[in-house]
Amino acid sequence: MSDATGTPLKILVLVKHVPDAQFDRHLSGPGHTIDRQDSILSELDEYAVEAALQLAESRGGPKAGNTVTALSMGPEAAASAVKKSLQMGATDGVHLTDPALAGSDSAATSLALAAAVRHLGGFDLIVTGMASTDGETSLVPSQLAERLGLPQLTLASRVELDGDGILTVRRDGEFGSQTVQAPLPALLSVTDQANEPRYPNFKSIIAAKKKKVRTLGLAEIGVSTEQVGAAGSWTRVLSAEARPPRQAGTIIKDTGDAGIRLVDFLADQKLL
Amino acid sequence: MANILVYIDTPAGEEPTKAQRELLALAAALGTPVAAVAAGSADAAAGLGAYGVTTAYTSAGDLDGLLVAGKAAFVAAAARAADAAAVLLPNTGEGKEIAARVGIKLSSGVITDATGIAPDLTVTKPVLAGSYTVAARAVHGIPVVTVKSNSVDPAEPGAGTAHVVELEAGEPGPAARITGTAAKPASGRPALQEARIVVAGGRGVDGDFGPVEELADALGAAVGASRAATDAGWIGHEAQVGQTGTTVSPQLYISAGISGAIQQKAGMQTSTVIVAVNKDEDAPVFEIADFGVVGDLATVLPQAAAEIRRRRGE
Repeated sequence: MSDATGTPLKILVLVKHVPDAQFDRHLSGPGHTIDRQDSILSELDEYAVEAALQLAESRGGPKAGNTVTALSMGPEAAASAVKKSLQMGATDGVHLTDPALAGSDSAATSLALAAAVRHLGGFDLIVTGMASTDGETSLVPSQLAERLGLPQLTLASRVELDGDGILTVRRDGEFGSQTVQAPLPALLSVTDQANEPRYPNFKSIIAAKKKKVRTLGLAEIGVSTEQVGAAGSWTRVLSAEARPPRQAGTIIKDTGDAGIRLVDFLADQKLL
Repeated sequence: MANILVYIDTPAGEEPTKAQRELLALAAALGTPVAAVAAGSADAAAGLGAYGVTTAYTSAGDLDGLLVAGKAAFVAAAARAADAAAVLLPNTGEGKEIAARVGIKLSSGVITDATGIAPDLTVTKPVLAGSYTVAARAVHGIPVVTVKSNSVDPAEPGAGTAHVVELEAGEPGPAARITGTAAKPASGRPALQEARIVVAGGRGVDGDFGPVEELADALGAAVGASRAATDAGWIGHEAQVGQTGTTVSPQLYISAGISGAIQQKAGMQTSTVIVAVNKDEDAPVFEIADFGVVGDLATVLPQAAAEIRRRRGE
């Protein structure tokens, strides 16, 4: 995979800044949207960045003209998701930000991202994670593929690109596993089985400071404020209720008959 | 009554799965069930009449060779043909991907992970790993909804034959070709996502899923695993329950040797009843367990399995 073959690749990786799932997360406000303090680069997007970097490296990396651009859509703080991607090794970054984007559902998000992709232009491959760790719907990759008219190679656990620009991936799922194939340009999403994301080292962190991050607003990508946010979303959250925390039940220490007492509990619950 | 389109993808000659019968029951509760049948014979499609389906749309073209795009074009065509008021799909990886693209094709709102749909088509779903329940609506087009298994009682077969209509789905657009498929080896156990009972093992099984499988088989349950167990290679990744694996919501979830970190909890905390077995009395899983055993799963699970078999007179 280390041969510098073929023409240089221009890869776009989509990264999302999400509330850290290690802490309690809350919905608030009229649109029942998530509070975005304590946010980080979505853990699942690190696999996307790694996949993009590995594909670029398989063609000889940045020296051979291959680029990996990290794009994040979100408020000011989302720039840090781009920064983390640059530290991992992305060549440059784009931050799509506009107050009107807040509260966008997957349809509005994919519309804005598709417009940004067209505006930036010329990508051979778009790489995403398998889902965001906040919205968790997994809809955006497929919707972006639909809007851009790209073949989707989604939920990949293995990724290979040959010298002719044919992308082959393995998908593992409830059905077993599948091998799917398409020529570039294409949209790829990867699962957490696809690779081991690298940690930025001191050198890459210093190098990231010199990399360019472009900021884009809605006007530049030709999207009006009515097309995104709550106004442009095709779904609406009407109400949100915190689920009552589960109460701990009976906890016993095994003194030799715990298996039988477990079955007694199941029988009491009419679960046998 | 309005037509409610259900996406059905069953191999030829097979009865609809429990998850599909749940979608059919939900469709019947909301209106008149019609179906977009992506696989199988015309006879099998007509047979869906037994579950209340009045019209079953089949595809004139082969949908199996292309990833998602062809099926999405077919479902969108069926929704238009039926003038459907809503589209229901299974909440699987592929179900969500098809729904995503159908949503764009029909300029319609897509809602995933539904656990209920009211007569006014308001959808109930858990968000943030089950820590909130929200009510959501499609406010543009028709609702395209992926529904979680075990959300409603499955439809039972009656009499009736569906009217079968073959549809030309139209150009799917650029799509990846499926060049190989390897079906999961049949385990004889229910599918993880559909199972009424799941027994899952984690780091604490220490390489041996035997006790987990023995209890699962005594209960007729599916076998699940934590990411630690699948990463260790003790069991296939398809068994993984959690944020990046399968999300399950069974009536009973038995967690064995799993500490219950947030990613694992995210995949199972909407289960009706949770039982935990763990050596470590401080394991976070005990905070959400209805019944917990501090003990060694290698002795507790086989004892429970033997007791179940004994009570059943086996």
